[in-house]
Amino acid sequence: MTDMITKAFDTPNKKAFIAFLTAGDPDADSTVKFVLEMEKAGVDLVEIGIPFSDPTAEGVVIQEANIRALGGGMTTDGVFDIVRRIREVSRIPLAFMTYVNPVFHYGYDRFFAKCEELGVGAIIIPDVPYEEKEEIEAPAKAHHIHVISMISPTSEERIKGIAKEADGFIYVVSSMGVTGVRSEINTDLGAMVESIRSVTDTPCAIGFGISTPEQAEKMANISDGAIVGSAIVRIIAEHGKEAAPYLYEYVKSMKKAVSEA
Amino acid sequence: MSKGRYGIHGGQYITETLMNELIRLEEAYEHYKNDPQFNQELNKLLNEYAGRPSLLYYAEKMTKDLGGAKIYLKREDLNHTGSHKINNVLGQVLLAKKMGKTRVIAETGAGQHGVATATAAALLGMECEVYMGKEDTDRQALNVYRMELLGAKVHPVTSGTQTLKDAVNETMREWSNRVNDTHYVLGSVMGPHPFPMIVRDFQSIISKEAKEQILEAEGKLPAAVVACVGGGSNAMGAFYNFIEDKEVELIGCEAAGKGVDTAFHAATIARGSIGIFHGMKSYFCQDEYGQIAPVYSISAGLDYPGIGPEHANLHDTGRAQYVPITDDEAVDAFEYLARTEGIICAIESAHAIAQVRKIAANYSSDQSIIVCVSGRGDKDVAAIARYRGVDIHD
Repeated sequence: MTDMITKAFDTPNKKAFIAFLTAGDPDADSTVKFVLEMEKAGVDLVEIGIPFSDPTAEGVVIQEANIRALGGGMTTDGVFDIVRRIREVSRIPLAFMTYVNPVFHYGYDRFFAKCEELGVGAIIIPDVPYEEKEEIEAPAKAHHIHVISMISPTSEERIKGIAKEADGFIYVVSSMGVTGVRSEINTDLGAMVESIRSVTDTPCAIGFGISTPEQAEKMANISDGAIVGSAIVRIIAEHGKEAAPYLYEYVKSMKKAVSEA
Repeated sequence: MSKGRYGIHGGQYITETLMNELIRLEEAYEHYKNDPQFNQELNKLLNEYAGRPSLLYYAEKMTKDLGGAKIYLKREDLNHTGSHKINNVLGQVLLAKKMGKTRVIAETGAGQHGVATATAAALLGMECEVYMGKEDTDRQALNVYRMELLGAKVHPVTSGTQTLKDAVNETMREWSNRVNDTHYVLGSVMGPHPFPMIVRDFQSIISKEAKEQILEAEGKLPAAVVACVGGGSNAMGAFYNFIEDKEVELIGCEAAGKGVDTAFHAATIARGSIGIFHGMKSYFCQDEYGQIAPVYSISAGLDYPGIGPEHANLHDTGRAQYVPITDDEAVDAFEYLARTEGIICAIESAHAIAQVRKIAANYSSDQSIIVCVSGRGDKDVAAIARYRGVDIHD
């Protein structure tokens, strides 16, 4: 069977559009509905955020989504239940994005066993860098879950070492700072991607700061995909439970841009 | 396993964006800590600017009143800026300057670390911005104004619980936004490696001096060293040079707020469990899903849901013990020290004084206890008055 993360990048032009949302924002039913709606609109991979009380890598938009989700009573088990409901009707590739403490506290083996059982193919944990990945990677691999490596504008001479060991796909952080919509991205991403590609065939997708179709197309042109979080979470924040049609239109436009790259 | 481990604790659980900066910081620190010129400059600042060495004061009246061990107070409250925080800050800001940084940022709880950072930045000609929980800017308004007088910009943090942990979150976010010219002057023995090591080393001057002073005064080591613990920097500094002296008890005093059996405390060791947060594996107050719990203490400086990784290991190995002290006990001790010795200590330090009041009589008069008075209490006077129902304005 083809790995679901690999499958996400196996589009006609080999570029993926990846969308992020926070589970339980504004409630569990909406998250299930939103994921399915984004699938209809053509998303290739959905990152489901497990909310955390102190998301230190997030800008205000996603911080507030975390607060709404936790305030509504969302828990790690609640997120697994959301995935179970999605899996009853969909085979859309899924990844988790969260912070290390909820995973550590759940128990690494127990957590990744659940991921395997429910069909979540990868996990992104921004507060686990290369130096600390061993304790996560061993239990994740035992359950065939990819631990996604991140490479940022400050990685410099670390890029090749990280990329060589990367698995699933590589998350290229476009900008300094935290997540959030940016009008301009000034990092020399082309050089970063080139450096990554000199040592690995693992696909790399660019995230942080992307919100417009023009940006998405540009990012997909120089890499293997674009990741959008804050712009989607902002639509959910604005329209709440009624966000589905707005998400559909937005994702459709972004997917179109990426597929034309 | 990664660098900076204390038993299973510590490590570098931080975003990739900050990793290279942490590596550079460690390299710079390893270089400068052995550099004679750096040490000469730092010692000059500590001695001629901060007022070191700090006194080890024999609290005779308190000793008589408690009827047991001789009580010695390590007077970090007499340092310039009024607390032990200056020890670490002078070291880190000087180091940052050597690294070519032009701007420092810091988190602060009670405001002591923010004031110390703003002070060192003013002295050494660096730009300074301080992040402080909105709730803390309200209860420590005087310190906010002090920082502004010193030329720092203070950002009230309105995310989360609006206290120390949220100030740390926000400072980390800002640092990842701008690392090239900016150093994060972390205020306690916490966060990702190399911070717990650097802060401990700069604070260990407390126990280095105290050991010499107690040997001079008593001719032998103390029976115990007592200090308050939030993140744990004054305690780590007070314990460090006694760790190998197994006969010296090391006692850290955590904030039990309204009691460890209530929801209103910050007693990480008594009520926390192992987790990974703010760059380190250690003990944290958290819920069954690993969400960091809101914590509470009358003391803004101890109002933190975690503890430094070296303390976590001293707890695991049994080398140090950690005890909870309630708001009531701390306020009583605050008033007691004022009346008995004429010393108004920080409400943080009063947690350590409270513990000494409990245990002094268990020791004989030929034994001694060193208590770290980590800071002075001017900043707390209005809050204590409010606690006692007296309505005064700051």
